[in-house]
Amino acid sequence: MMSRRPLLVFTLVLALIPNIPGMPPFWITLLDNIGLAALVAMGLVLLTGVGGLTSFGQAAFCGFGAYTTAYLTTVYQISPWLTLPIALGLAGIAAVVLGIVTVRLSGHFLPLGTIAWGISLYYAFGKIDALGRHDGISSVPPLAIGGWSLRDPAAMYYVIWAFVLLAGIATLNLLDSRVGRAIRALRGGRVAAEAFGIDSARIKLIVFVYAALLAALSGWLYAHLQRAVNPTPFGLNAGIEYLFMAVLGGSGQIWGAVAGSALVTLLKDVLQRVLPWMTGSTAQLETIVFGILLVVILQVARDGIWPLILSRLPGAPPRRIDDKAPALAARQRETRSDGPMLELAGATKAFGGLVAVNEVSFALKPGEIVALIGPNGAGKSTTFNLITGVLGLSRGSVRFAGHDISGVGQRAIAAHGIARTFQHVKLLPEMSVLENVALGAHMRGRAGVLSSILRLDRDEEVRLFAEASRQIARVGLAEHMHKPAGSLALGQQRIVEIARALCLDPTLLLLDEPAAGLRHFEKEALADLLRQLRAEGMSVLLVEHDMGFVMGLTDHIVVLDFGSKIAEGKPEEIRVHPAVLAAYLGGTA
Amino acid sequence: MTALFSLDNFTVSYGKVQAVSDVSLNVAKGEIVTVIGANGAGKSTLLNAAMGLLPARGRMTFEGQELAETDDVEARVGLGLCLVAEKRHLFGSMSVEDNLVLGAFRADRSAFEGTLSDVYARFPRLLERRQQLAGTLSGGERQMLAMGRALMSRPRLLMLDEPSLGLAPRIVADIFTIIADLRAAGVSILLVEQNAKAALDIADRAYVMELGEITRSGAAATLAADPSIAASYLGLGH
Amino acid sequence: MDLTILLFLLQDGMTSGAIYALLGVALVLVFAVTRVIFIPQGEFVTYGALTFAVLEAGQIPGTMWLLAGAGALAFLFELWTHRRELTARLLVHEATLKLALPAVVAGLTHVLVPMKAGPFVNLLLTIAIIGPLGPYLYRIAFQPNADASVLTLLITAVGVHLAMMGMGLILFGAEGLRAPPISNASFTLGPLPVSGQSIGVYLVTLGLILALWLFFDRTLMGKALRATAVNRIGARLVGIRTSLSGRIAFALAATIGAISGILIVPVTTIYYDTGFIVGLKGFVAAIIGGLASYPLTAAAAIVVGIVEALASFFASDLKEIIVFMLIIPVLVWRSIASGHHDEEEE
Repeated sequence: MMSRRPLLVFTLVLALIPNIPGMPPFWITLLDNIGLAALVAMGLVLLTGVGGLTSFGQAAFCGFGAYTTAYLTTVYQISPWLTLPIALGLAGIAAVVLGIVTVRLSGHFLPLGTIAWGISLYYAFGKIDALGRHDGISSVPPLAIGGWSLRDPAAMYYVIWAFVLLAGIATLNLLDSRVGRAIRALRGGRVAAEAFGIDSARIKLIVFVYAALLAALSGWLYAHLQRAVNPTPFGLNAGIEYLFMAVLGGSGQIWGAVAGSALVTLLKDVLQRVLPWMTGSTAQLETIVFGILLVVILQVARDGIWPLILSRLPGAPPRRIDDKAPALAARQRETRSDGPMLELAGATKAFGGLVAVNEVSFALKPGEIVALIGPNGAGKSTTFNLITGVLGLSRGSVRFAGHDISGVGQRAIAAHGIARTFQHVKLLPEMSVLENVALGAHMRGRAGVLSSILRLDRDEEVRLFAEASRQIARVGLAEHMHKPAGSLALGQQRIVEIARALCLDPTLLLLDEPAAGLRHFEKEALADLLRQLRAEGMSVLLVEHDMGFVMGLTDHIVVLDFGSKIAEGKPEEIRVHPAVLAAYLGGTA
Repeated sequence: MTALFSLDNFTVSYGKVQAVSDVSLNVAKGEIVTVIGANGAGKSTLLNAAMGLLPARGRMTFEGQELAETDDVEARVGLGLCLVAEKRHLFGSMSVEDNLVLGAFRADRSAFEGTLSDVYARFPRLLERRQQLAGTLSGGERQMLAMGRALMSRPRLLMLDEPSLGLAPRIVADIFTIIADLRAAGVSILLVEQNAKAALDIADRAYVMELGEITRSGAAATLAADPSIAASYLGLGH
Repeated sequence: MDLTILLFLLQDGMTSGAIYALLGVALVLVFAVTRVIFIPQGEFVTYGALTFAVLEAGQIPGTMWLLAGAGALAFLFELWTHRRELTARLLVHEATLKLALPAVVAGLTHVLVPMKAGPFVNLLLTIAIIGPLGPYLYRIAFQPNADASVLTLLITAVGVHLAMMGMGLILFGAEGLRAPPISNASFTLGPLPVSGQSIGVYLVTLGLILALWLFFDRTLMGKALRATAVNRIGARLVGIRTSLSGRIAFALAATIGAISGILIVPVTTIYYDTGFIVGLKGFVAAIIGGLASYPLTAAAAIVVGIVEALASFFASDLKEIIVFMLIIPVLVWRSIASGHHDEEEE
């Protein structure tokens, strides 16, 4: 992330450029085009680079912005400034409609969907009579401030780049917030995000609309710069070009979008001038070079160029933690003194004909540590997924503090105060341990998109991070707080997941093989931590293979084999239980 | 004893995290060697990297020939090194027989019929099910098919990753009998198992792996008799 | 609208549908084996169509030089990959496949073109020129990234599409071309005149699908390709090189693309960018087939062809929009059907 000083220098340089004596007007026009492209690419960085939603259709949203203002200003002579909110509104509505469908698409279906509507909208622009069909709309009025008409590209330059800078700052602010962490969590998969109460479909829609609005803004500016619109710049090829800029700059890097747009725009210009001279043809040969470059970049520098630039700059200082920040409000706890905290009754899960979990019933009392053990493939993880709502029950029920939570979904279960860790660690490896853990407190914050962009969320952020750092210290990883989570040993990453779960302020903690990959003394520390949590009234259910760890720690053990419960009881009962011994030692016993 | 297969200072990393560090081990001709250890100790990673599925650093020799540090899984199959992976990796939508036919993809075509009847003789269940799709087999049959498919390439060293995983005790016993038979037929075996007792019963030598490192090694019988091993890996006794 | 028009539209739709079926099947094949969403499939249609048209006109097609260039580049890629372990055997093998083959094809072209050997020879020559482009392309653009995510491969595919479309413009110019029909025969079936060309399209489509089925069901290499598609790691563990499977899949896709092009160029004028849209319609079918099912893809392709034919009659302005928007409900349905387990499997 960029600190303030480089941004100020950048702004100053931008402001001075048009005033350089002898600056060819043509260069200013190029810079205008770079700025326009950068706006779209910035949206794509957020959408694709950060959120992992690849779109080839962004150019169509530029079209919404451009056509809206072109139509309204030419037919109804509305002032261009008034059409800006209308253009953004229309594009926003279109984005919500397309987005509701698009963000639900999984994996590679999503980019294919964007290709489909990208092409369709392009054809639509060219077929509508009111929009001038393929000829488009001409004599769009220029922007004007007071009586001063911004007819000149050099005047538009300031307008365009002011918007670029504003958009960049807004986007950075958004990324560095509670919503921003949720956006980044999209990459880690739906299951991990939803487990902490993040509504992934809603967050995806937010990013989608945000990117579309930036594209529409670019289109609106474009219409008043060119003073004419036609379908060509809003087709699929343009959409590909924008994606190219984002990838080239480095997906995930806001200022990389500017770098990528600059490179691509300049390259296109050079190619358009040089290639015809070389080949004697006026054809649009730059597409060949672009295509090849795209392939080459993906082969040699998949992360784009901005990270290469960043690696030469000093890194941003670690986030400051305010130890004295007031604590976050504790969650409303659902505790009970009578009856079980968690109760499975006849829980069954069948995949097709295969019954993975068969009529499993057990209960967990408040303030108890219960272990779920069994040989590999016994159905422990499936049982876990039934409790956390990742999988739906085929039969039976799960009750928590007296409420039936069967089939209510992961987010609702998290809201009840059930937090979990994952057997296959689901952290965001590039993000710091601190930010990963802060994700766990998502439901304890309120700040939305607007307050994040406007930086009204700072108080809450300080408190969120103070809480995250307290939980990290509690699990004994304070010295690793500012490192990328992916740089820790696997065992430590599991502990980070526990800290993240604690950030939710849970009543029940579900741990999937927490001790795997830990050294002996680390296991001891983990056991001590769990005992301490129990003493504070926390209930814990864990799946574990390490018998020594389980035997010394738990109050109650449930043993599964082939999907069914074969035994339960105190550790010392389980140790001598004949069915358990047979399951563990197999036919060779 | 000449080593058929050896690893020297073998290291495997995921990003910045080392999953296997500086492991050295060897397997002699006609030997069953087992690697035991807890979940997450790096046993599967070790086998996958030895097969070339994961990048690794260190020296690796097979039949005196040094294997490059490349990811050339296919060349290893050609040399007679074969892995039956933990996930079996069968071709689920293809018939049992097609799975076996593909097992011989790199093998000498002239010996194909003989090898196929040999595999069917070893696993009569597969002959019964030869036209059935591999995806419809039971867990034990899948393991048999995975081993049968590996045998189709006429391997000199068979690496088995958790062959007893998720199988009923009776079938586990069958599988281990077959492993013993294979040694008698001249196939050397490197066996990774969580069912440490079964593995130590059948193996000649054993290595114990913890957190990516080899911490103990020796004759299987010696390790099986060691009380600390018994406490950690041989069930629930303390 | 009377019955004759309807029947005519149906015939028209079935004919295009048959072509889309071929393309759709090729797309499914490439995706299953390599995980590449093969956007440039359409460019192979263009190249096939225009190469055939140029040959029919008695000229040397520019794609011949492209083949030589791509072969040489693929050869260099191979040398670079094996730079530490070069053997004479490998060198000869690679030189034969990547240098000698294009040279032989070029030689044949120069001999056969002046002889005006007729459409059948030109058809074979077109396949010989376009078919090997597939594996060369795989070697150059996709193999170095073969383990990357589906998305990276998709963006690569889009890059290849751009480059190949631009190259088509250089090789063939902006003017469209059309070849003389292979068959002028026609007869009437009840009220409907049936052209020999459309019968030819049906026969070739059926023949190709039958040939593919035999290949996948009866040959070891065909089974190896299926194995790669079903389980890549399993395939590697039995010694099947995924790069070999990838090249064969690309060779098949390029050949199918070229044949599709040859089938349509006598009927429609083909421009350098026509293939892309044709290919995308094959895509709509492949996606309806879930990028997995061949029969469903073929059936969907026929539906796409018929919808397009009807749309061009009733609402010609909206033809493309209707066809491409067909995809959206299908994608939604596919996403819901596949649920979230694709994320859990990685």
